[in-house]
Amino acid sequence: MLLSLEGATVRFGGRAVLDAVDLQVAEHETVCVLGPSGSGKSTLLRAVAGLQPLDAGRISLAGRDQADVPAHRRGVGLMFQDHQLFPQRDVGGNVAFGLRMHGASRGEQADRVRELLELVGLPGARGRAVATLSGGEQQRVALARALAPSPRLLMLDEPLGQLDRSLRERLVVELRELFGRLGTTVLAVTHDQGEAFALADRVVVMRDGRIAQSGTPLEVWRRPADAFVARFLGFENVAEATVTADVAVTPWGKIPVPADAPQGTRTLLVRPAGVRLVPDGEGPRHTVTARTFRGTHVAVRLQPGDGDGPRLEAACALQAAPEVGDEVGVEFDAAEIVVLG
Amino acid sequence: MSPAAAGRAAAKRRGTAARLGLMALPVAFFAVFFAYPVTAIVARGLKTDGVWRLGRIGEVLAQSDVRQVLWFTTWQALVSTALTLLIALPGAYVLARFDFPGRQLLRAVVTVPFVLPTVVVGTAFMALVGRGGLLDELWGVRLDTTVWAILLAHVFFNYAVVVRTVGGLWGQLDPRQEEAARMLGASRFTAWRTVTLPALAPAVAAAALMVFLFTFTSFGVVQILGGPTFATLEVEIYRQTSEIFDLSTAAVLTMIQFAAVGAILALHAWTVRRRETALRLVDASRTARRPRGAGQWALLAGVVATVAVLLLLPLAVLVERSFGDTGLGHYRALTRDDGGVFLVAPIEAVGNSLGYAVAATAIAVVIGTLASVALTRRDAGRLVRGFDALLMLPLGVSAVTVGFGFLIALDEPPLDLRSSWILVPLAQALVGVPFVVRTMLPVLRAVDMRLREAAAVLGASPWRVWREVDLPMVRRAVLVAAGFAFAVSLGEFGATVFIARPDNPTLPVAVARLLGRPGELNYGQAMALSTILMIVCAVALLLLERLRTDRSGEF
Repeated sequence: MLLSLEGATVRFGGRAVLDAVDLQVAEHETVCVLGPSGSGKSTLLRAVAGLQPLDAGRISLAGRDQADVPAHRRGVGLMFQDHQLFPQRDVGGNVAFGLRMHGASRGEQADRVRELLELVGLPGARGRAVATLSGGEQQRVALARALAPSPRLLMLDEPLGQLDRSLRERLVVELRELFGRLGTTVLAVTHDQGEAFALADRVVVMRDGRIAQSGTPLEVWRRPADAFVARFLGFENVAEATVTADVAVTPWGKIPVPADAPQGTRTLLVRPAGVRLVPDGEGPRHTVTARTFRGTHVAVRLQPGDGDGPRLEAACALQAAPEVGDEVGVEFDAAEIVVLG
Repeated sequence: MSPAAAGRAAAKRRGTAARLGLMALPVAFFAVFFAYPVTAIVARGLKTDGVWRLGRIGEVLAQSDVRQVLWFTTWQALVSTALTLLIALPGAYVLARFDFPGRQLLRAVVTVPFVLPTVVVGTAFMALVGRGGLLDELWGVRLDTTVWAILLAHVFFNYAVVVRTVGGLWGQLDPRQEEAARMLGASRFTAWRTVTLPALAPAVAAAALMVFLFTFTSFGVVQILGGPTFATLEVEIYRQTSEIFDLSTAAVLTMIQFAAVGAILALHAWTVRRRETALRLVDASRTARRPRGAGQWALLAGVVATVAVLLLLPLAVLVERSFGDTGLGHYRALTRDDGGVFLVAPIEAVGNSLGYAVAATAIAVVIGTLASVALTRRDAGRLVRGFDALLMLPLGVSAVTVGFGFLIALDEPPLDLRSSWILVPLAQALVGVPFVVRTMLPVLRAVDMRLREAAAVLGASPWRVWREVDLPMVRRAVLVAAGFAFAVSLGEFGATVFIARPDNPTLPVAVARLLGRPGELNYGQAMALSTILMIVCAVALLLLERLRTDRSGEF
């Protein structure tokens, strides 16, 4: 393992911001830590970088304990959330900074800066002032700066956080391709699940300083570990249910579940695509309370008939979507139902 | 010990060692050249045969003339402060929020008096309102026998403190905050009262306390303008020490002043901390706009007129008097060694002053920079904050006491500096250090911690981080601080008057001596020498104004 955390704990005034975190990152792997703000993910990066001392546990890089190693000797790169480019240096000066610190000659510095600026798609930008860069360009310079000293582990804190959506979607693909080509080991944190899923070989979901789930993007997406992870991934239809054989009793009525589902009182996730609207009278009755156009489909919000159960979200084809106030029946597709935990 | 605990302990040890290393020199400097001389002179006054006679405190305080001095010191400082705020706040507003031709020039002009030596200020006001002064000639009005001369000179001197401290912040307050209040239904005045005023209040309080401190401890101005009638504590300490040789009274007065100054500084530190709390600050160059409407133009005109009458006129009169009827006669007389007042030609004081000031600046910058860096380390604790307050003390502790303390404390091995030229720069640096620290601290504190972290992660050791990240940002601040220290050293009077050797007077000392002697020629020479001193200070200031970052320093 290149990076290994064992029981890593950081407390701020008695509150554990990192709570006994165990995490491994293998060489050439891209791991994305996903969590809401305040879940401790930035602290995790800072602890690995050596900017935040641990209160308990250990961090090792390539098998060597890092407790005594100050930040500047750890040989890891960190791209800060708001880039933190040095304002009084130009682009070239920023990218060359780490190389200078490691004693590279002027010639080496110049070659490497040119190489990296080309790599991040900013050839010829070396003489530009940092203040003249757009958000996307700053992000690229910050990446080039972090990559320049060839860190054994590259860490990214909300790498695309401040960019607009289309740029973000394009950059995430570029980054994934770049890291694959360079064989960089990457530990990134983000609150955006789309970004995490697109970037990572493995996703780690954090909650209140603890790891809630770890797995490939597909695994996490298909089987969220618990209600928190499911809700954080954007699923609304999460409710308590009693599972008996292949049927679950829920506030939305009886729902078929996969035959091998765990039994008893469970948390149930119904993907919106697994909710089919049928004419009123067939299946449990629901009232449409809202509809939201989502481009590829319409998200319809439904209120169960008795009026006070949790709402249910359904994904509808564009034409077939009912109007607000309509009364409809619902049917469920067992393949889109997940019994959690 | 677990590895994590060991690492934490190691990091903490490194941090503590680095901080102690940085603080060692400033602490040693203050211990040897401030605490030791001041304690020595207080002990000399209050200790006989190894026994402290604290009863003297009560005896001295019971004297009616001492109580009178205390009362005068306090009320003139209060009135001076109120008057300064009243006159300077409109100026702060105009310079912060209006954009008009000559704004930079006006800003520089109002700062000139602050770096002028108090002796020059006193002399300039003598020339304006004193016997044979401009007002005397024109209308037969003399103010030098009244307290007004002192009050006006104090306003003159401290106008810049208010404009810099309050105006600096005012210019950086986000106007959109007020606009937000307006959109929520507040009238223009209500928006100002409920949004801007509370944000400014700590800065106004800090400025008021600084003015109070400077006027409470005023020496040169009162010495020259006060005549026999008016004396502040500082002037009385000087009188008791050098004329009456009553060291025990001087010691008690020093302690009283020390206590008062300590209280003022504690209050000041508290208001500064409050000022640093989350305000939305923006670039000052974006908040100023051209005045609109008759009211705003009238305000601008009023401020310009005030500056012209109150700040420029005294200086103009000073220059005019330096020529007198003789053309350059007074200046020429400065170059002659008449063997009367000095052992050397008065003009040599210029060279002495410059030499001393350069040395004092170098000392103040080194000590002040080390102290500032120690104060901005992230792990700075309570001890370090106490150190911060300590650094300000030389501003308020009687310079006369320090000067005399130097004479009696630093006169035996291993520290026999009495005959060494370094004594004068050391005393002057003591007053320069607070200015260096106050100029550098805001800039150093404004450096984003994460920039330093970014450098560390890229492989920079703590020392490299400072050189690569902090230094480029504070380079200008260091120069500005050096300029201030230079001007302050050049004008230092209270301590220098004791320790400058008769054959090596500094400019302010020479001016005071010339003024102390009768005769038209001496008076003219004093004016001429003051003019030279003013020009040297103004040049230093104008150079510094070009360098100045537009951050709100505290001076």
